Amino acid sequence: MTDVLDLIKSRKLAYEQKVLSLAHAAENSVDVLHIPEKTKYYFEKNAIDHLFEGNAPYRPRYILPDYDKFIENGSEFLQLDPPKDLDELLNSLMILYRHVPSITSFPVYLGNLDKMIEPFIAEYSDDEVRKKLKLFLNYLDRTITDSFCHANLGPEYTRAGRLILEVEKEVQNAIPNLTLKYNPDITPDEMGELALNTSLFCANPAICNHKLNKDTYCCDYGIASCYNILPLGGGAYTLSRIVLPKAAKLAKNIDDFFHTILPDCLQSMGDYMNERVSFLVEESGFFESSFLVKEGLIDKDKFVGMFGIVGLADCTNILLEGTGKRYGHDADADDLADKIMHTISDFVTSFPAKYSPIAEDHFMLHAQVGMDYDKDVTAGVRIPVGDEPENISDHLRHSARFHELIPTGCSDIFSMETTARNNPAAMLDIVKGAFSLGVKYISFYEENSDLVRITGYLVKKSEMEKYRNDQVVLQNTTQLGAPNYDSNKLDQRKVRGV
Amino acid sequence: MKPALIHKIIPHSIVDGPGNRTSIFVQGCNLKCAYCHNPETQQVCSNCGICVEKCPTGSLYFENGEVLWEEEKCDSCGSCIQHCPYHSSPKPKWMTAEEVFKEVEKNIPFIRGITVSGGECTLYPEFLQELFILAQKAQLSCLIDSNGTTDLSQYPKLMEVCSGVMLDVKAWDRKKFKRLTGGENEMVKKNLKFLAHTNKLEEMRIVCIPGEVDVEDILEGIKTTIGDKSRNIKLKLIKFRNHGVKGRLKNTNSPSDEYMKDIQRKALEMGFQHVNIT
Repeated sequence: MTDVLDLIKSRKLAYEQKVLSLAHAAENSVDVLHIPEKTKYYFEKNAIDHLFEGNAPYRPRYILPDYDKFIENGSEFLQLDPPKDLDELLNSLMILYRHVPSITSFPVYLGNLDKMIEPFIAEYSDDEVRKKLKLFLNYLDRTITDSFCHANLGPEYTRAGRLILEVEKEVQNAIPNLTLKYNPDITPDEMGELALNTSLFCANPAICNHKLNKDTYCCDYGIASCYNILPLGGGAYTLSRIVLPKAAKLAKNIDDFFHTILPDCLQSMGDYMNERVSFLVEESGFFESSFLVKEGLIDKDKFVGMFGIVGLADCTNILLEGTGKRYGHDADADDLADKIMHTISDFVTSFPAKYSPIAEDHFMLHAQVGMDYDKDVTAGVRIPVGDEPENISDHLRHSARFHELIPTGCSDIFSMETTARNNPAAMLDIVKGAFSLGVKYISFYEENSDLVRITGYLVKKSEMEKYRNDQVVLQNTTQLGAPNYDSNKLDQRKVRGV
Repeated sequence: MKPALIHKIIPHSIVDGPGNRTSIFVQGCNLKCAYCHNPETQQVCSNCGICVEKCPTGSLYFENGEVLWEEEKCDSCGSCIQHCPYHSSPKPKWMTAEEVFKEVEKNIPFIRGITVSGGECTLYPEFLQELFILAQKAQLSCLIDSNGTTDLSQYPKLMEVCSGVMLDVKAWDRKKFKRLTGGENEMVKKNLKFLAHTNKLEEMRIVCIPGEVDVEDILEGIKTTIGDKSRNIKLKLIKFRNHGVKGRLKNTNSPSDEYMKDIQRKALEMGFQHVNIT
């Protein structure tokens, strides 16, 4: 129990962070999942990784409530009538968010905010709405102390969406992450340009390729946590990942990788995920007791298991060691990476997943973006930081190729020169081009920005500096972000001049 | 196929016209502006070879009396330009329109057009026309960035495939123009009128230096020459910066922000409606 005592005595954790860490320690004091020896071996080698989700799953990892239904019906459990005006709406949402669980215990999805707010602002001036939004957004930032939290905008232009972006630029908050669902046929250039320009002042919002993502499920989708594309009114039970470079290191050669190590890891991870989902659905009682289920805000049949992969670049480079060929720079390397992706995708789209009708009884591939303890593991299918191609056109063509097989979230991040602020139309041209080729999700920040995107979530450089100096910080993602920023040398991310 | 001497190609540029564009810079200019901020594009290499001795990476060498450049070895240290008595560069390459377009093509669909700049790109009118025909087929808009000293009305086929010209109006008074650039400005005025009347004037640019450039005189001149057309054409007031300048004005300071705003206000008062400061 030393760990528990260490948590209690910690000088770096805020009170709430201690409570959550202690809950995690309590969960890990029980053993309820059956894990075969072989799977344990791959866990030990970190070739597969359960991401410390905990030993006894008692809530889904990511939940995306149907907020429209909540706004229409109110909530019996929370004793809330349907909101009649903007104050009631924002207040009701603040209450509901507090009761949406997740792997971090904070809500990871806040809804399509602009569309939720738009019907309530007709009678207010821009300044009046801005003031209310500012209070609302600051409340979220200071109480949801974890950046794995996401609100969506678009794809249509709304006055509410414009005002949210204007306030966001002013408040410079890390939370929530914002994403604009963007479709050039629906979203006016003016809105796309405003979003991109805002992102060069506060690293928010990111831009999601609405055309390519909207038909991922038979129901509507939302973007949750970092950038996970998940069914609305459901979410994700769990996310595990295969750490491809660690798997590659276990292989004697390329043949051994494809014929033994990779299939073994995939099978072990698939079985393990089914084990987690089974316990959550059959034994934890979550779906029987949560008011979110009873009031129809979520439905068990709209949850998926996210099958994560990370470090495709490093894996490819390890397998090609000695040839001088590199992922993102040589056709042979990219073809090998493509073969790895197809092998994984073929497994995932045929392996039977439990309780996953929305995904036709399979798990779904996700480009996991890394953990604070990763070293030499590049996010998802990205090109390693510092090794990016000289021309952003080559970079984006590469992204488009490797985003293709990943339905539940795959993204790229670009650091931009300050001058890009002067020409939002140029930024939009790049996004339009990238999306037309198949890039699914993209985000930008300005090179000197205090707010930076680590892997998918936002952290302030100034807060990381405090944390490095052993000060208590408000947001627990700062604790994840600081080591990640350092060990992945994110300050060396190639700055693009457009 | 008439080639042009190409100084460099910037795959993505946000400062050379609307949206994201590939910018092509030609080598060689017929003016010698005292404030030129890329003087290394003015002169064509004379093959004197001084840079060859000074190149630390050995990427420059002599062959048949010509200075040649091995791109792979070069680390872009700038030593060649620094030591050139003419502030020139040995690196530009003669390229055909097709060769340049191959470079442009790599950036489709991320760009909405191309801009050819310099040096002075209108010194290569046939090349421009060939390049623009290729670019237009790929639905790219084609802009010329020019000092206005080539009689563009003499190239109707080029103007047909050119989407617009971004024209420098460096001075209105003949003597002031001569002092600033070493050249004559009658043709600039003729082009201003011609481009405005054929709806090919994309933008007018003035580099602002108090005491050196009489901006109000230029604005008056433009207004008198093209009348109401001036209202809807973009006017860019460029704040002089001495970064990279090697000419007479290399030690001159930038005008203040207040000066720039004052000039902008005057331009607006005179009826110019789209006035930007950069």
